[in-house]
Amino acid sequence: MAEKMIEFRNVVKRFGEAAVLDGLTFDVEKGEILAVVGPSGTGKSVTLKHIVGLLEPDAGEVTVATDRIGYLFQSGALLAWKTVWENVALPLVETTRLKAGEIDRRVAAALAAVGLADDAAKYPAEISGGMQKRAGLARAIVCEAEVILYDEPTSGLDPVTSAQITRLIRDVNRTRGVTSVVVTHDLGSAFRIASRILLVKDGRAIVCLTPDEFRRSENPEARAFLAAAEGEGL
Amino acid sequence: MSSILKPVEAVGWAGIVAAKAVANFPSVLCRRTGREDLFRQLYATGIRTLPVVTVVSLFMGMILALQVGLELARFNQETLLGAAVMMTLLREMGAFCCGICLAACVGSAIAAELGTMKVNEEIDALVILRIPPMRFLAAPRILALILMAPVLAFYCCIIGAVGGGFVGATQFNVDFQQYMSGAFVMSEAKDLYVGILKATVFGFLVGVISVAEGLGTTRGATGVGKSTQRAVIVSFLAILISGYMVTRLFY
Repeated sequence: MAEKMIEFRNVVKRFGEAAVLDGLTFDVEKGEILAVVGPSGTGKSVTLKHIVGLLEPDAGEVTVATDRIGYLFQSGALLAWKTVWENVALPLVETTRLKAGEIDRRVAAALAAVGLADDAAKYPAEISGGMQKRAGLARAIVCEAEVILYDEPTSGLDPVTSAQITRLIRDVNRTRGVTSVVVTHDLGSAFRIASRILLVKDGRAIVCLTPDEFRRSENPEARAFLAAAEGEGL
Repeated sequence: MSSILKPVEAVGWAGIVAAKAVANFPSVLCRRTGREDLFRQLYATGIRTLPVVTVVSLFMGMILALQVGLELARFNQETLLGAAVMMTLLREMGAFCCGICLAACVGSAIAAELGTMKVNEEIDALVILRIPPMRFLAAPRILALILMAPVLAFYCCIIGAVGGGFVGATQFNVDFQQYMSGAFVMSEAKDLYVGILKATVFGFLVGVISVAEGLGTTRGATGVGKSTQRAVIVSFLAILISGYMVTRLFY
């Protein structure tokens, strides 16, 4: 039986009266890519924030097997006054006692992995949205994270850049054995890279299936979601 | 009920920010990029505000000299102009001008910057990277304000005194040398120390309020605007209230 990296057991989270997560249960196995899909406002990003500890559940239990977690925000969330290099080096400079040479080596490797070696001296405002996301990913992998969480990694990107980011997520997963949770509206990207797809609606897990099983699923919610996505040209 | 609780909650949050920032002051000097961050903040606080501070304090001194000079002239006591202007600047107006300029120029910028970082999820990113925002963002900004405010207040006093001397010489026929010797003879060291203390308190308050407002920002761009506005208003009020309390304590 595969080792579980993340477990959600009947997690409930309320904001005011509204229950954003309403008994959410699922798990993520070591080394897999779990794509979390579902309509907007169903608690997908809130789920990621529980994994990383930014939010605490009102009820239920969230268990994460490691504290080495990377998080790729929708916006990249880079510090505007630091260059791409300084942004990627930041966690190593601030939280480790590594020597400057070792930090330089790791940052250079992380930037090369995401194809930003030539843009290291630029500031976030000087690079595109896709490059900002890649820099955010470099910052996540430079700490040698065991789990990386992706919040809408392809939103707002053109199809070419979107495919580039999708490939990067898969490459990082394969080459580094990183467990990944990808919250996305891009079902095409989810089908290409996910080990399993979790459909969330109204704060609950509807189905959690492999891409092939998801396509063949008779579950009415899964069928409706798939039909809507196909209607948009999937 | 919530309208009563909100200010209490805001004061409590500012208290937490103050305590955590002060506890992290040593780390500003110890951590790898801490000194670099502090110098950047000292530059933003001190050097960048210098033009505004210069103009404000110059005209403050000139207005003071004009108003006081008119009254002194009624009793043929224009020679006391330097002493009156310098004493007012050292005790009150130097620190006050400095505090107001810092709140308007630096406090607003801090609140807007941190507020934008909050709504852009950059603060969350720091937390996830295990870089405490209080250590990384709050401590250097508040420490820079505490260190720079007394220097700027002293600078305000000098520039204000020069402005007053100019008005004395041009409108009341008070020789500049006579004006300055009056200013230094009548002033006490206590006036200077109390002014410096006040400026330090103002710097601390502006820093804490601005950081607390910035980090407490919610609701996107509108929230950033509101945080910035609140930071300036609350800082002004805090400067006036604490200014009175320090004066009451020493005089």
